Amino acid sequence: MTRYFTEDHEWIDVDGDSATVGITHYAQSQLGDIVFAEVPAAGATLNKGGDAAVVESVKAASDVYAPVSGTVLEGNDALEGDPALVNSDPEGEGWFFKLTLSDSSELDSLMDAAAYQAFVDGL
Amino acid sequence: MSEEDEFELEPIEILELPLDAWHRDKGARMVEFAGYHMPIQYEGIMAEHIWTRENAGLFDVSHMGQLMLTGDGAAEALEALVPGDISALKEGKMRYSLLLAEDGGVLDDMMITAVPMGLYVVVNGAVKWDDMGYLREYLPDEITINNMEDRALLALQGPKAVDALKRVVPGVDALYFMEAGSFFWGPKTDPEPLWISRSGYTGEDGFEISVPATHAQKLADQLCAQPEVKPIGLGARDSLRLEAGLPLYGHDMNPELEPVEANAAFAISKRRRAEGGFAGSDRILNALANGPVRKLVGLSVDGKMPVREGAPIFAGEAQVGVITSGGFGPSVGAPIAMGYVDAAHNAVGTALEAEVRGKRVSVTVASLPFIPHHYHRKGANT
Repeated sequence: MTRYFTEDHEWIDVDGDSATVGITHYAQSQLGDIVFAEVPAAGATLNKGGDAAVVESVKAASDVYAPVSGTVLEGNDALEGDPALVNSDPEGEGWFFKLTLSDSSELDSLMDAAAYQAFVDGL
Repeated sequence: MSEEDEFELEPIEILELPLDAWHRDKGARMVEFAGYHMPIQYEGIMAEHIWTRENAGLFDVSHMGQLMLTGDGAAEALEALVPGDISALKEGKMRYSLLLAEDGGVLDDMMITAVPMGLYVVVNGAVKWDDMGYLREYLPDEITINNMEDRALLALQGPKAVDALKRVVPGVDALYFMEAGSFFWGPKTDPEPLWISRSGYTGEDGFEISVPATHAQKLADQLCAQPEVKPIGLGARDSLRLEAGLPLYGHDMNPELEPVEANAAFAISKRRRAEGGFAGSDRILNALANGPVRKLVGLSVDGKMPVREGAPIFAGEAQVGVITSGGFGPSVGAPIAMGYVDAAHNAVGTALEAEVRGKRVSVTVASLPFIPHHYHRKGANT
């Protein structure tokens, strides 16, 4: 399994042609207390860089973008009852959705962990 | 420098508060607000909000304008521009009021205190320069407007604010809600006078302290050394005031709306209702007599999804209003909002819908505040 990152602070774990997507620890720390998350329904078609989910902190709503194009397998229903999972375990239990990739070559433009760390350090 | 360069706009400089370095040292995340770098949060909005409701929070609100109006007849002159009974205000008493445009639209909301020198007026940071220009244009030349830029303003809010502050500044517990006075702080040999009012923007008991900017850090340190006190950012200030049903100027109030629509009819004093004679009084007194065409109301929100500023409000297919403030209420434990709703649909209990990202959310007109006020009122039992 390989983990990639976007400049919009999503992470994506790729396993064959399926993947899991969430927001990074850095992203949740910037957003603050998460009070609501809206995840896409199974079957939804996502385009790379397009709106995929919504995350709301006390102060603002933010979009979560699709790191790659694909079809949603499932959204993380646990976030409905416990949106604070995004704060407490953003890169684990606080995942947003799983999808099947429609074009794995889109992964080429994403960052690996070291490149993302360097990107965050430069912010 | 080439000729072209002269026409390039300089970026607007974001100003620093007297406590800028102090905030950063305390771990604040800074954002731009009202032209200043300001602390949005320290440890987190939720924790800071709850701490303030249960203990005491220190807020730096030095971005707000502290004006001193002096000169004979200042109160009477100001009454041409505000709907409150300012000339009846006794020394050390304060009143919430509204700066009115000629057509009665609200240009700002403000606190006016009668002081020995004249009137001490605290206005919103985002519009303070506009306020000063407007006051200078409309007040007689004999009235002097002094912008006290050399003073910081700190707010200590919460049920334990009085316990903490009286240890640092003895005697402040004698004040009741909406009273103010001068208190000595520091060593008896070289005391510093502070102007302190029992007032605030959280719905809790608390104080607002005007202190020379040069002494602000020392005072902030002394207050935060009290076990009841933590520094609190703008984020929690916003969620606290929303739960308390208090309007935020530029969002819940603007120049298009007159005070009765803005749910601030209480700021129109009895004598002024009878006599009129303030900017826009025909329009405002008509709204008082016949009811406003729309009104700022509270809205409770079904479910967990926050409904935010700008969301349209519907009764069936018809749009009947718009959300002007909305978010999650940490003490309420649910999303809450305020917005303008047309007269036919704004009675408490009316079921409506707001639209968020293309989806309808059930909302209900609610009485304000969402969380009861806990002011230290004169004559009250508490």
